[in-house]
Amino acid sequence: MDIFIQVVYFITAILFILGLKKMSSPVTATGGIVWAGIGMVAASLVAFFEPGVFEHTGNVVLIVVAIAVGSGIAYTTAKRVQMTDMPQMIAIYNGMGGGAAAAIAAVELVKMAGSSDVPGMGHHLSTTAQVLAVIGALIGAISFSGSAIAFAKLQGIMKKTIRLPMHMMINLILFALTLVAGAIIGFSDDVSIQLVLLFFVMALVFGVMFTTPIGGADMPVVISLFNALTGLAVAFEGYVLENAAMIIAGTVVGSAGTLLTQLMSKAMNRPISNILFASFGSDGGDAAEEDIEGSMKEIQGTDAAIMMAFAEKVIIVPGYGMAVAQAQHKVSELTKLLEARGVKVMFAIHPVAGRMPGHMNVLLAEAGIDYDKILDLDEVNPEFPTADVALVIGANDVVNPVARSNPDSPIYGMPILDADIAKNCIVIKRGKGSGFSGIENHLFYADNTRMLYGDGQKAVGELIAGIKEL
Amino acid sequence: MIEIGGFTALYIFMLSAFTGYEVISRVPVILHTPMMSGSNFIHGIVLVGAIVVMGGAESTLEQVIGFIAVALAAGNAVGGYVATVRMLEMFNPKDKKGEA
Repeated sequence: MDIFIQVVYFITAILFILGLKKMSSPVTATGGIVWAGIGMVAASLVAFFEPGVFEHTGNVVLIVVAIAVGSGIAYTTAKRVQMTDMPQMIAIYNGMGGGAAAAIAAVELVKMAGSSDVPGMGHHLSTTAQVLAVIGALIGAISFSGSAIAFAKLQGIMKKTIRLPMHMMINLILFALTLVAGAIIGFSDDVSIQLVLLFFVMALVFGVMFTTPIGGADMPVVISLFNALTGLAVAFEGYVLENAAMIIAGTVVGSAGTLLTQLMSKAMNRPISNILFASFGSDGGDAAEEDIEGSMKEIQGTDAAIMMAFAEKVIIVPGYGMAVAQAQHKVSELTKLLEARGVKVMFAIHPVAGRMPGHMNVLLAEAGIDYDKILDLDEVNPEFPTADVALVIGANDVVNPVARSNPDSPIYGMPILDADIAKNCIVIKRGKGSGFSGIENHLFYADNTRMLYGDGQKAVGELIAGIKEL
Repeated sequence: MIEIGGFTALYIFMLSAFTGYEVISRVPVILHTPMMSGSNFIHGIVLVGAIVVMGGAESTLEQVIGFIAVALAAGNAVGGYVATVRMLEMFNPKDKKGEA
């Protein structure tokens, strides 16, 4: 039996890696997740045959109930959620994984605490395993509570970025105290259950404190970081339980997540430390407020429609505003109308447009737009000078030319989409305010820019109506 | 149970880390969100650990925490799977015609 269990874990590890590999290409991606899914089901089933599990029938019943509850809730929420709300759902499912890793460590530590009064008899872990259990618990707990905050922020439950006075200092002290408690637990032969409790409370509070000051615009990077952290926590608990499948899967996710986090913060041209320890609006958002030449010039939907209908090449720049307004289906309709008139339409996607890298692509694909029309920053920027119209829908910071021109701006140096270089630029925007980062956008004041005010869905609707009338 | 000693674990850890790095470094930007969701599903393997730990739970406290561990882990795995499949379906040309 033991060999059988190990063989299944081994195959699972292979299926996971092959699955991830297949997921890296759009053609094979769906197959990839199915392979990984098969591995997961197989590994979960054989886990019931691990030594000790079937000894307590009551526990087996509880396991089945717990799986039913957890997967039931997750299945219904994942099926029902809007595509636009996917990022926060990933955050919450990831947080659950972190919480599970922390809970596994908690059980192990409680077992040690409970058995220490019977010398030589109790539950025993090697010092390495004990220390890794504690580290995994720390990381998992931070990922759990941090992901919950990330969810609340993206879901709009928690709108303000809360910063306490001396926030950094409090965080540092709290983290240091958590580490001390963790070290005491990790190296002691006589684990105190009160200390374990205190340790978990501090780790959870730290996760909250760590995440609250980070602005909503930076949440994708944070979610990606928590994803990597959960992977690590799982790997560490895998060592504690001597489960190679957990070590491999956890570590693969840990390193893949770390790379993804790096790619994202690179796209924002900000070091990860800057994202995590300084919130966007607060450090020099005022610098850009000074003198802006020109004024915002409004345009009516019908005029904008004519402009686009008679263009040769239109580049659409979607942003979070499009996602919020659920305008992707209207955008797809607009695209088809324009193409029917012989207009070349392409989409320019900034790496951090929306709430996650690739978020816009998912939405556009949902609306039935071919992904070969969807271009990356490097591919599309040379196209802007020859574009007749750049249509910006609910994007802001990613098209702000200040990032190229003003060294004082907090977003200076961030690669942007050069929508301002297009012959004409139409910006669909809900109101006159500045974007998520609170930085004024010079593009809106440029001579070749016209503002089309309104909710993304309504404004694109006007454009469609305008083109149909021609 | 196979023994995974300190250095064996370290080797597994090192090789897995390089594997994860290599696998994701060739992913096009359009697949980053599904990929994040997919890797999120992969660490749902924590369910295996949760089952093992819960199975060996003895006191009521251990059972309560174990129950939480299994429920959370199952949520991670199932939620991660469904979310990833839904996102990847968007890239499937067959479905696109039906929606448009």
